[in-house]
Amino acid sequence: MAEVTTSLGFNREAFDAFLQSRGEPSWLRDQRCEAWAKFEELPLPSQKDEEWSRTDIRLFRLDRFGFPADRPAGARLADGLLTHRVELGGQVTAWDSHPHSARLNEKWARRGVLFGSLDELAAEHGDLVRSHLFRAVDAHYDKFAALHAAAWSGGTLLYVPRGVVIDEPLHMLSVISPGAADLGHALVILEDGAEATLLAETASLSEQSPGLHCGAVELLLGPGARMRYVNLQNWATGVWHFAHQKALVDRGAALQWTIAALGSRLAKVNQHVALVGRGAGAQVNGVMFTEGKQHLSYHTLQHHEAPSCKSDLLYKSALQDVSRTVWRGMIKVDPAAQKTDGYQRNDNLMLSDHARSDSIPGLEILADDVRCTHGSTTGRVDDEQIFYARCRGLTRKEAVRMVVAGFFQQVFDRITIDSVREALGEAIGRRIREYD
Amino acid sequence: MVETLKITDLHVATEGKPILRGVNLEIKRGEVHALMGPNGSGKSTLGYAIMGHPSYEVTHGSITLDGADVLSMEPNERARAGIFLAFQRPMSIPGVKMADFLRHAATNVRRPNRKEGEELIPMREFRKELNAKMDQLRMDKEFTRRYVNDGFSGGEMKRAEILQLAMLRPKFAILDETDSGLDVDAVRLASQSIADIGGKAMGILIITHHEHLLEHNRPDFTHVMLGGRIVETGGPELAIELHKQGYDRIRAAYPGAAADEAAMKDQAETVASH
Repeated sequence: MAEVTTSLGFNREAFDAFLQSRGEPSWLRDQRCEAWAKFEELPLPSQKDEEWSRTDIRLFRLDRFGFPADRPAGARLADGLLTHRVELGGQVTAWDSHPHSARLNEKWARRGVLFGSLDELAAEHGDLVRSHLFRAVDAHYDKFAALHAAAWSGGTLLYVPRGVVIDEPLHMLSVISPGAADLGHALVILEDGAEATLLAETASLSEQSPGLHCGAVELLLGPGARMRYVNLQNWATGVWHFAHQKALVDRGAALQWTIAALGSRLAKVNQHVALVGRGAGAQVNGVMFTEGKQHLSYHTLQHHEAPSCKSDLLYKSALQDVSRTVWRGMIKVDPAAQKTDGYQRNDNLMLSDHARSDSIPGLEILADDVRCTHGSTTGRVDDEQIFYARCRGLTRKEAVRMVVAGFFQQVFDRITIDSVREALGEAIGRRIREYD
Repeated sequence: MVETLKITDLHVATEGKPILRGVNLEIKRGEVHALMGPNGSGKSTLGYAIMGHPSYEVTHGSITLDGADVLSMEPNERARAGIFLAFQRPMSIPGVKMADFLRHAATNVRRPNRKEGEELIPMREFRKELNAKMDQLRMDKEFTRRYVNDGFSGGEMKRAEILQLAMLRPKFAILDETDSGLDVDAVRLASQSIADIGGKAMGILIITHHEHLLEHNRPDFTHVMLGGRIVETGGPELAIELHKQGYDRIRAAYPGAAADEAAMKDQAETVASH
């Protein structure tokens, strides 16, 4: 296993050394330096901040982590969970925020598709990256966003030119070693009418090890583009996971965005979909399974900026042990966004008496001709259901597993990629424990 | 020797309140037993106690299957030992397809030593059998693609229970008011179905208020339960008599059990009114 020899702490000296080592063009250096100034200026969020009131990071020590150090040496990484029996069009892997491998089926490369490390492609395709990087995510939103914007490395770029339809899923995998940091940035650009499916996984090399993920995802869909983006977060249970993720969906484009969260010690993720062109659509799916002392907090925003757009969010979480989830969802409808069709729903299934889930839907509607609805349920596994299944020969564990699988089925039905459904079903099934 | 499910002096309580007060019953494989009695006399409790429902505590007595102690088994072990309960009100399991549920159930029951995660009956083989059974029961194939009892009508639930019975082929089956909520034709169909799937190969305990379910499953014995005891046992003619004339004669003949029944009813009403 790779030893991390980072000098710890995100301080000025380390930042200068990091900048020095990268030799990037001035626009990028400037962007990083501005973000660094913001990072130094902003305090770490605390529970006094409304957005963090339910998420306690007092035990988080930023000085335990540092800039990505030397490129780790080692064998090839694991394959990931989402790629079984899938013919991939390409694969990009990163390790401790360093590019590790990249391949793209020649037929897509010939048609102008770019898929690889953002680090490397930013050097070769500076103009393209410059015009899109941080177009969606606000680099100065909070201390974590600013740190990410100053210190991102590795990462992934997918660029699909106008009208190119990629009919094979692409896969990206980002892995960290114990104690390391992942500051990867995923930048996805689909031009007019382009189509792609991207399966993104993040994971740790060992199961309980500490780590930091301070990342960002930007999904930029041009008019009429179609994208399926799946993000499986499978960090070790020692990893602090802070992320800003945002999609811009233009006229008539359609995004299906699925987030599956299994790992991390604490997660605070802002997932934001902006429908910026008439008739854009987004379906947002969330699958969460938590256990132990995990705390996963997801703040979602469906922002209708243009008329006649549709957004449909379904988040489902099952909680075991003393774990906790927070979902805070907002549908925001701008005055211009008439004929909006917005929906959000959050269902929670408690597998233990000591788990807790907070579900806070919200609507902010400034147009008058809209349809927006939301719903939320929290329930527990019903003993009578379990008894019924046991009377048919299923063990208690098998019965609970089946009830949980059934609970997630509604969201699995929406995920049209078999390998994703199967991998998630199996991963969740493996985690379910025996309860009395 | 014929396989036997034997219940001896069974006392069962729920939430600390006695329901069954000394039930004796012996069912041999191949026999049909009808269990009748007024509402609240303890019939369903007997079914739950035989399956091991956690809310029903056996305070005294025994249940054995060919001498093996049933009471020491988990509900799933009882199912795998060959005991089946068709629920009066089956539970729904949203998101789980009937076919998947049944495939797990059938595999477990047929391979009692199966460990979790071990292979299921091969899909093709299972499908073939399931389709044949559904044809036999005149059921729509669409049925198995629906979620377990989710949004089923009363009649559909009962038919689903019978389908499970057909697939699991237990040694002993307890049918808890499989006729309730069904119209006469549906009850006849259910009765016919139970006979078709080979009721003769099982020992069956039919809990019912009506005689229709017994039409195609003529009971070898009819038992009357009152106040948590089986107070009288007869042949098929007893079922017909009770259906036609009610329980007045029984109550008059067994005043002790009738008093217990009245006390249980009061208790239940007190609980319900709270």
